[in-house]
Amino acid sequence: MDIEKILKESGTSQKDLVPLLHKIQAAYGHVPLESIPAVARHLRLSQSEVFGVLTFNRSFRLEPKGKIRVTVCQGTACHVRGGGKIVEEMEKKLGIPAGGTTADKKLSLDKACCLGCCAIGPVVVVNGTHYPLVSPQKVDSILEKAKTAE
Amino acid sequence: MRKLSHPNHLAEWKRIIQEERPAYQKVIAVSSGTCGRARGSLQILETLTQEIERRKLSDTVGVEATGCHGFCEMEPNIVISPEGLFYKKLEAKDIPAIIERTILKNKLIPSLVYEDPATGRKYPRQREIPFYQKQMRLLTENNYRINPERLEDYVVLDGYQALAKALFDMTAESVIAEVKASGLRGRGEAGFLTGKKWELCREAHGYPKTIVCDADEGDPGAYMSRALLEANPHSLIEGMIIGAYSVGASEGFICVRTEYPLAVKHVALALEQARKHGLLGAAIFGSEFHFDIQVVQVGGAFVSGDETSLIAAIEGRKAFPRQQPPFPAQQGLWGKPTNIHNVETWANVPVVLNKGAEWYAKIGSDKSPGTKIFNLGGRINNTGLAEVPLGTRLRKLIFDIGGGIKNNRALKAVQTGGPCGGCLPAGKIDIPLDYDTLSQAGSILGCGGIIVMDEETCMVDAARYSLNSSSEESCGKCVPCRVGTKQMLEILNRITRGQGEALDITRLENLAAVMKAASLCGLGQTAPNPVLTTIRYFRDEYDAHIREKRCPALVCQGLLPEKKKAKNTRRPEAGRKAI
Repeated sequence: MDIEKILKESGTSQKDLVPLLHKIQAAYGHVPLESIPAVARHLRLSQSEVFGVLTFNRSFRLEPKGKIRVTVCQGTACHVRGGGKIVEEMEKKLGIPAGGTTADKKLSLDKACCLGCCAIGPVVVVNGTHYPLVSPQKVDSILEKAKTAE
Repeated sequence: MRKLSHPNHLAEWKRIIQEERPAYQKVIAVSSGTCGRARGSLQILETLTQEIERRKLSDTVGVEATGCHGFCEMEPNIVISPEGLFYKKLEAKDIPAIIERTILKNKLIPSLVYEDPATGRKYPRQREIPFYQKQMRLLTENNYRINPERLEDYVVLDGYQALAKALFDMTAESVIAEVKASGLRGRGEAGFLTGKKWELCREAHGYPKTIVCDADEGDPGAYMSRALLEANPHSLIEGMIIGAYSVGASEGFICVRTEYPLAVKHVALALEQARKHGLLGAAIFGSEFHFDIQVVQVGGAFVSGDETSLIAAIEGRKAFPRQQPPFPAQQGLWGKPTNIHNVETWANVPVVLNKGAEWYAKIGSDKSPGTKIFNLGGRINNTGLAEVPLGTRLRKLIFDIGGGIKNNRALKAVQTGGPCGGCLPAGKIDIPLDYDTLSQAGSILGCGGIIVMDEETCMVDAARYSLNSSSEESCGKCVPCRVGTKQMLEILNRITRGQGEALDITRLENLAAVMKAASLCGLGQTAPNPVLTTIRYFRDEYDAHIREKRCPALVCQGLLPEKKKAKNTRRPEAGRKAI
């Protein structure tokens, strides 16, 4: 996907910035630093303004992420039910810290502040599929499934 | 496809929908919100459909994927109409028996019926289950009757009639007067009078005026906005159109979190349907009123709960709040008058107009009329969404509806209003839940999160967890909040590690006072609440941590007795039993 093509389809006012960044992220998997000057020019903003919004919002990443996205909820309700233990187990099994990506660049592990499914916590989401009531024992099978699903 | 170009078309369309509807003898509603889906409701739905087709019952039995029924603990569940039978925690293997025995022979399957864990009594009908029976469901009652992907289902239940009434039988001023008379207050943080806010916006100069629905629900432990968006998106859209008509707005925005893909999908679909049928866009219902709504996906930050920072987020800037006044109702989006409410407030508007202000004002307590959806979570038996009149006592919510504390433990504290709310002790269990009494007790109603803590919870640690969220969410614009949350967190971290000092409580109180007085937005002003209330109501636990270097609830890892430590090798995060 060409960045110029994404820009052409987008509006040119400041309110289009966040949707535009979402689009770039959807195309590349992250927002490449090199795209910032082009985005700033397109919206007639300063590069620092674009960079500010980009790094202020949690949804955006500057680093490439793996195709497989594993997100562990750390909201209050999941925390109460041991969500912290799930993250630890995942980190141990994958050998990467939360927020990191495996050496083969295939899988990324993330923490979320609340996914809003509090009754079925702890919740793990793999590429859009929710796993409810996750226990440390279930981590292995979830990761196994995630790796084969792609 | 029909375009409604006259208010009379609505009643006519309703009649046609009713006539054209397949004459099902039974309809099975499968609760398929995000939680239901995570528990396999779509598989239940598929198996049901297959089984019905296999038995050639497609003409007599209907299956619908509805939004959340609210009883999240019992997902996946179904409601069979017209009897209103409730089957809980289903698996695909239960389906043939349900069709065979319940649908065809009208017999109950006892193992799938809800049983009250306290009394052991079985309740086959949804209405009779204490969790539902003791609620007052003005906004959520229709959830199991509506397929959120179909506008027709909402119209049959008298949807958009309030809008027709507002546009053709009432002036904008009289709608505002009605909403004001109902006493409806914003269901977000501050509880400001909705009608008053509309009036401010209507009287303010500037064009175009805009209205915004804040569905950027970043408050951990609360998901009523998601449930409403997923289950009944048209109720909120109708409320917004009425609001726009009253204040004279021409453009509306719904801000949804990217973490809620199903909600985004349902709202976008609902907007498209409303547009197609002439309920949105140019000449609504054939009137002279033009208004349209777009969905905005914002980047996700709790601080956008503040109105001015949400405005900044929509404008494409960093979500920083600013000084008020001028209020957004006077100078909001792009400097023009803007009205912002959350999903629940907007969804209440059609109810007010349909039932009348007088009727609405009688529900709930004097100063806080209407109902509120609460999110029961933590160490409680019936996790889920419960809608009760404001002013309902906390005891009723936790014991009668919530089914009491898990594993019959003793209640220790309740945190209301999310991470910025205070922790009320068990002794305050009879407090009425409304804006004013909660703030007197040092807490807030907030968006309605209720987290129940039992005797295994350490209150110092609970305060530390809440403050940790607030400090991560602090946007960093104003010093009291940015530095205050950090310093308070450091002190609490020290106390829970066993390095507390005698002066720490005074230090916490001083920091809290500065934050409350000098922070720019609600986040900084309320972030000290959990610390202040735990100091106020659980002073002895702080003393035990600081003076005796002991954690009474055996949660703080640095303070465990040696024997316990050897046995308990888990790290503090992992070993924590509650909050």
